[in-house]
Amino acid sequence: MAKTDVTKYMDSNTRNIYNLKANNQNLQKEYGLTEELIRKLSSEKEEPEWALAIRLKALKLFFELEDPDWGPDISYLDIRNIATYVKPVKGEVRKWEDVPEDIREVFDKLGIPEAEKQALAGSGAQFDSEIVYHNLTEDLKKQGVIYTSFDEGLKNYPELVKKYFTKAVPLTDHKYIALHYALFSGGSFVYIPKDAELDRPLQSYFRLNEPGAGQFEHTLIIVDEGAKLEFIEGCSAPGYNELNLHAGCVELFVEKNASLRFSTIENWSKNMLNLNTKKCYVSEGGKIEWIMGSFGSKVSMLYPLSVLNGEGARCEFTNISFAGSGQNLDTGLKIIHNAPRTSSLVNAKSISKDGGICTFRSNVWVKKQAKHSKLSLSCESLMLDSESRSDTVPVNTLETDDVIFAHEAKIGKISDQAIFYLMSRGMTEEEAKGLIVRGFAEPIAKAFPVEYAVEMNRLIDLELEGTIG
Amino acid sequence: MKKLLEIKNLKTIAEDDPNKQILKGLNLTIQPGEVHVIMGPNGSGKSTLANTIFHSPRYIVTDGDIFFAGEKINDLSTDKIAKKGIFMSFQTPEEIPGVSLAQFLKTTKHSITGEKPNLYQFTKDVEEKMKELGMSYDTVNREFNVGFSGGEKKKNEILQLLLLNPKLAILDETDSGLDVDAIQIVSKGIDLYKNEENAVLIITHSTKILKNLKVDQVHILVDGKIVKTGDSSLAKEIEENGYQKYSK
Repeated sequence: MAKTDVTKYMDSNTRNIYNLKANNQNLQKEYGLTEELIRKLSSEKEEPEWALAIRLKALKLFFELEDPDWGPDISYLDIRNIATYVKPVKGEVRKWEDVPEDIREVFDKLGIPEAEKQALAGSGAQFDSEIVYHNLTEDLKKQGVIYTSFDEGLKNYPELVKKYFTKAVPLTDHKYIALHYALFSGGSFVYIPKDAELDRPLQSYFRLNEPGAGQFEHTLIIVDEGAKLEFIEGCSAPGYNELNLHAGCVELFVEKNASLRFSTIENWSKNMLNLNTKKCYVSEGGKIEWIMGSFGSKVSMLYPLSVLNGEGARCEFTNISFAGSGQNLDTGLKIIHNAPRTSSLVNAKSISKDGGICTFRSNVWVKKQAKHSKLSLSCESLMLDSESRSDTVPVNTLETDDVIFAHEAKIGKISDQAIFYLMSRGMTEEEAKGLIVRGFAEPIAKAFPVEYAVEMNRLIDLELEGTIG
Repeated sequence: MKKLLEIKNLKTIAEDDPNKQILKGLNLTIQPGEVHVIMGPNGSGKSTLANTIFHSPRYIVTDGDIFFAGEKINDLSTDKIAKKGIFMSFQTPEEIPGVSLAQFLKTTKHSITGEKPNLYQFTKDVEEKMKELGMSYDTVNREFNVGFSGGEKKKNEILQLLLLNPKLAILDETDSGLDVDAIQIVSKGIDLYKNEENAVLIITHSTKILKNLKVDQVHILVDGKIVKTGDSSLAKEIEENGYQKYSK
């Protein structure tokens, strides 16, 4: 995408745009969680019998499992108050012109169709529970690349989906993944065939529009041997007073010598509970790159797991979290080194202000057989005032001595003297803080695709607005 | 002639130690075109004076006033004081990780002037001034002051002085910790900056930096007060005999 175009689009991209609400009257809206609802949902989606069986098993598990006994309190969540299935009456289409106008307007203002035209090989857009748009370039279809909504994938490639679905993230993982498997709807299914390389990324954008609604999209990506993919997911929602819930799931499979770069920029509104689960299995010589920016939500609990299963498998993890007033972002990562000569590189940063809380949990497990492995973890936190909190909670389990392991954690408050210095150079207190925060985030911003790096800086500016009382 | 800076009976305390009075009734007047030097032993209040003029949160003014070009500035915020045309070269310049020198210079120029600098002209200016200060132009791509040597940091301060071109430059111990070559470059920088309309206030405890400069007034600051004012010969006297004579 040409840089000028991006800037132009971003300059108008204020909080007002994230706050756009489609006045969507043509929709079917279901509340709560019952077997009846699950059966209805499954039959409307014309799913195979085994998919319904998974849903029903998950439903049972959800009521059996307890809330996590650590992290932020989410006991106020009552699933009966959540609109668990919100379906626009018109189905999924291949052309933006065919997307209902009020919905299209939201995506237009978010710049999604424009980004697809300029920089993407394929794009999908989800509105509440359902994908409303999905498209992939013709030449990629010819190469055997599959990029559809998850529901379409289940319908059209049942064998392939069945082979991988729930294999990275089992139903029993935790209470909210059980909820996810009971209600999964929308999301993307991607298959990249052997040795295929995409020169441009695929992007799925998830928009939660309805007040009090839940979103439970399932993303399943398989990058076959020697293939390469860059996948971007974006998430946003307008602000409401009611509690919204996001319990998505991402299952990634990186086969031998394949590589996947998975970028997420999450800008949920501040009434959102974001309880997301992501896992990736990496085979011999393969590589997963996670790039994550977490800005929104009231509470986030998200700890992507990478399982380095084959010799020489690699994981790179880059994360930035920004918690403002009333936000509790509990994020982190898990890595299992399961084979020799595997390596992981972690660079995580967090920023908190106005009483926001950022907690970063890292859990690294190097198994006995993972000899000659290398790990480098760096976590840095910046607090913009004394009311805000930042914690890092590292857990490292090394079952072999034959590893190179480096771990660095820094927590600090923004320096008054640095602000004074910048103010002596003509910057206001707000501008001075902004420059310091952008500089702090710069190494992360660099890792993002260019248009998202611009969006990230924009989000930082939005977060910093009104920092000075 | 109109006074550029006028300080009247200035008294300050430290923010973290309110019982400690640092400046105890300081008076100072600087006219356009002048070079003033403040010398004094450690702890006499030299740096406090520079920081107080800039409304540092570390010091609180308990009495007295500071006027700049006839306007009282004690109550202005630091950025507004800078925009009036006062610059300070810091004794310990800050590092700003993740922000390139080029980005920093553009931002500060924009903040001070209120308009975006013409990129072509500004880049040319930066290149030219860096050359004069013996700085490699590649430095603009480095993170601001991160990994810079003491000498490089001080040259960077003088670079900003030349690019921002204020009405009054306060140099707080800019020469401390520098070798002879670096001191020469710093004084060359001051020389490049100086003209008939602007003024310089040099805070130092050594006389090396004064060798190549035409100094109008030298003030001896002891225990929060100016105890003696003279011409450049006063600096020479201090170099030979120290502050003994002026201390109680």
